[in-house]
Amino acid sequence: MFTNEEYKDIENKILNGERLSREDGIRLFHCKDIAWLGAMADYVRKKKCGDIVYYNVNCHVNLTNICTSRCKFCAFGRDEDMPGAYAMTVEQAKDVVRDAMKDPNLAGLHVVSGLHPTWSFDDYLKILQDIHDEFPNLYLKGFTGVEITHFSKISGLSIKEVLEKLMGAGLQAIAGGGAEILSDRIRNELCPNKATADQWLEVARTAHLMGLKTNASMLYGHIETLEERVDHLLKLRDLQDETGGFQTFICFPFLPKNTELGKTIKQTSMWDDLRTMAISRLMLDNFQNIKAYWVMLTVPVAQVALGFGANDIDGTIHKETILHDAGATSPTALREDTIIDIIREAGRIPAACDCNFNILRKF
Amino acid sequence: MENILEIAKKKAVNGERLSLEEGLALYNDNDLLFLAECARKAKERKSGKEVYYNVNRHINLTNICTSGCPLCAFQCEKGDKRGFTLETEDIERILAEAKTVKNLGEIHIVSALHPDKPFEYYLNIVKQVKNALPNADIKAFTPVEIVHFAEMTGKSVKEVLSILKEAGLSSLPGGGAEILSDRVREIICPKKATATQWIHTMKTAHKLGIRTNCTMMYGHVETIEERLQHLITLREIQDETHGFQAFVAFPFHPANTQLSHLKRVGSWEDMKMMAMFRLMLDNIDHIKAFWIMLTMPVAQMALGFGADDLDGTIGEEKIIHAAGAKTNTGITKSRLQKIITEAGYIPVERDTFYHPIREGE
Repeated sequence: MFTNEEYKDIENKILNGERLSREDGIRLFHCKDIAWLGAMADYVRKKKCGDIVYYNVNCHVNLTNICTSRCKFCAFGRDEDMPGAYAMTVEQAKDVVRDAMKDPNLAGLHVVSGLHPTWSFDDYLKILQDIHDEFPNLYLKGFTGVEITHFSKISGLSIKEVLEKLMGAGLQAIAGGGAEILSDRIRNELCPNKATADQWLEVARTAHLMGLKTNASMLYGHIETLEERVDHLLKLRDLQDETGGFQTFICFPFLPKNTELGKTIKQTSMWDDLRTMAISRLMLDNFQNIKAYWVMLTVPVAQVALGFGANDIDGTIHKETILHDAGATSPTALREDTIIDIIREAGRIPAACDCNFNILRKF
Repeated sequence: MENILEIAKKKAVNGERLSLEEGLALYNDNDLLFLAECARKAKERKSGKEVYYNVNRHINLTNICTSGCPLCAFQCEKGDKRGFTLETEDIERILAEAKTVKNLGEIHIVSALHPDKPFEYYLNIVKQVKNALPNADIKAFTPVEIVHFAEMTGKSVKEVLSILKEAGLSSLPGGGAEILSDRVREIICPKKATATQWIHTMKTAHKLGIRTNCTMMYGHVETIEERLQHLITLREIQDETHGFQAFVAFPFHPANTQLSHLKRVGSWEDMKMMAMFRLMLDNIDHIKAFWIMLTMPVAQMALGFGADDLDGTIGEEKIIHAAGAKTNTGITKSRLQKIITEAGYIPVERDTFYHPIREGE
C-alpha cells in the first residue's frame, strides 16, 4: 500500500484502527489523492467485512406518491390533484408483489411511501398486515424515520407504540431514508414539513432499543457544506455507539432532475460519489455495512464503489420509481445474474441476504 | 524466492518495466486501488499535475465500408439507407462552422473504407481542410485507411503517407489496432489491415516524422494475455521509433454490432485496464481517457487511475454513437476544465503535439 505524506497522521490512525475526528473527516474531503483514499477505505472494508458483497432479491413497493411534505429535493411527491398522483389500494399493492413473486428467488420487500394527507396510520398498517398475511415468507423492510414520525403524529401514538404495531404486522427492519442531512439549517431550507433531525434520530434510537434494526443514509450534493456532511456522519456514529442498531449506511447523491432544487444545482460527479463513499466507510467505524446504491449512483459508479469501501450493492428492486421520477438514468431493475456478474468482476463474493443481512445464498 | 506477484508489485511501485507474466499477475490479483495508486504515480512521473485536452472537431467522411467488421456498428454497405458520404460542399459547411470555434486546434478525420471513392477524394479533403484552417492540425486516417489507400492506388504505404503529409496531414490517429493478433482479427475484423500491416504503417509514419497515436479495443473475444501482448507490441514499436504520442483504449460497445451477444465489460474493468495501460506502456507519454467511449464520469475517474488526457471538445461524433454510446456528442471547454480541476489536476489546453496553448492566443 502507498503512503500519503500529507495525510500520514490519518493514515496511521486508519491502519491502527483508531477513530477519526471531525477534523480528520473534513481534511479527507479535501484530499485529491482518490486512489489513496479508496485504498484506505478498501483496507478497512477488507479487514472488517472480508470479500462478501451483499445484495437482495427484492421488490420496492411505494404505496403512494401523494405527500404532505413536498421536500425541495424530491421529484416523487405530489399533491393529490396533480397529474401522476397515485395511492394504491391493498389489492394494487398486492398485485405489485404478486408480479414480483414471478421471480422464485424473491426474498423480500422494501416499502416506502409518501405522507398521504388523508390516510390514517391504520390504513398503512392494514396494507402491511395484508401483504404479510398473503406473503408470510417475504421479509418486510419498510418505512423511514420520517414516515414513522408522521404515523406517530397522525395517530397520537408514541413512536414506540407505532413501532410495536408495525412489528406486530410483520415489519422486520426500518429503511434508511429520510435522514437527508441531519441539520436543522438544511432541513428548514429543504424539507421543513417533515421529521426534524432529532425526530429522525429518535425513531432510530427507539427502534434499536426495541431490537428493531434500521438503516441510515445521507443525501448529499445539494446545499450542504462538506463540514455538514462530516457532522451528519458523526451524528450517525454517535447513535451507533449508543445502540449498535444500524445495519448499513447508504450514500444518496442528490438527483436534481425534475426537482425544485435542481433548477440551480448540478448532479454530483463520480469523483465526489466515490470519495464520499470512501470517507463514509472511514468515518463510520462502527457500521458493519456500507451500501453502494446502484439506482442513484448508476451501475458503473456502484461497481467501482465496491473498491471504495462498499460491501453492499442493494438489490434487484423489481421496479424503482422514486428516483426515476428524478431522472435516474439507471435501469429500474437489475437481474440477479447481472448483480452477481458486477460483484464477481470486482473480485468479490456475491451473497444474497435478507433485510437483516442473514445470508440466504452465496456464490 | 519472491513469487511473481510480489516482484510485479515492486516493479509497479518503482516504475520498472513489467513483463507479460508480471502484468498478468497484477491483473489477476485484481487489487484495483493498488493499481490506481501505482498508475497515478506513474502518470505524475510523466506529466506531473497536468491533464490535457484540446479543442477539436471530428469529421467522419463516410460510413459506407468494404470491410464489414463484425465489431463495428458504424459501417454499412453501399445502398443501405443509413449510408452517407460527405462531398466537398458538406465539408465546406462543416469547416465554415469550425472556423467560428475559438482556438480550434485539431481536425480529426476517420472514416470507412468506401468502395468507390478514390484516394484523390481523401487527399482533396486534406487540402480543403488545410486551406480553410491553416492553423489547425489535421489528424487523419488510421493505418487501416492508409493501407486501403495503398491497395487502391498501387502505391506503397510510404508514398501514400508522404503525399498526405505534403498535402497538410500532421498526424495519424491510432485507430484500427483493435487487438494486434491474427486470431482475434480473424473474428472481429477479418477483411481489414492485418496486425503486420498496422504495425508497418505506424513504423513507416514514425520514420517519416509523422507522429501518431495508438489504440486498443478490449472487451470482446480477446483473452487477457492477448490484451497484454498487444500492449507489449505497442511498447516494442515505441522503443524502436518513439513516434507514439498517446495511447487510447476503447472498451467494446456491443450494441448494434454483429457481436451484440457479448456483454459490455463493467466500469471496474475499465478502471483497472486504465491503470494497467499506464503501467505497461512505460514509454508512451500520454494515456487518453476518451470520454466519448467511457462516459464522462468514468473518464474523470480515470484521471485518478493514470490517464492524463481527456481528449477534446469534439463537436460531432458518429462512430461510437452508432454503437449505442450514451454520452453527449460534445462538451464545452469550461466543463472539461472543471472536471480536471475537481480531480486535483491542472487543465492544459494542448495542440495535437501536446504543446500547451495559452489563453488568448
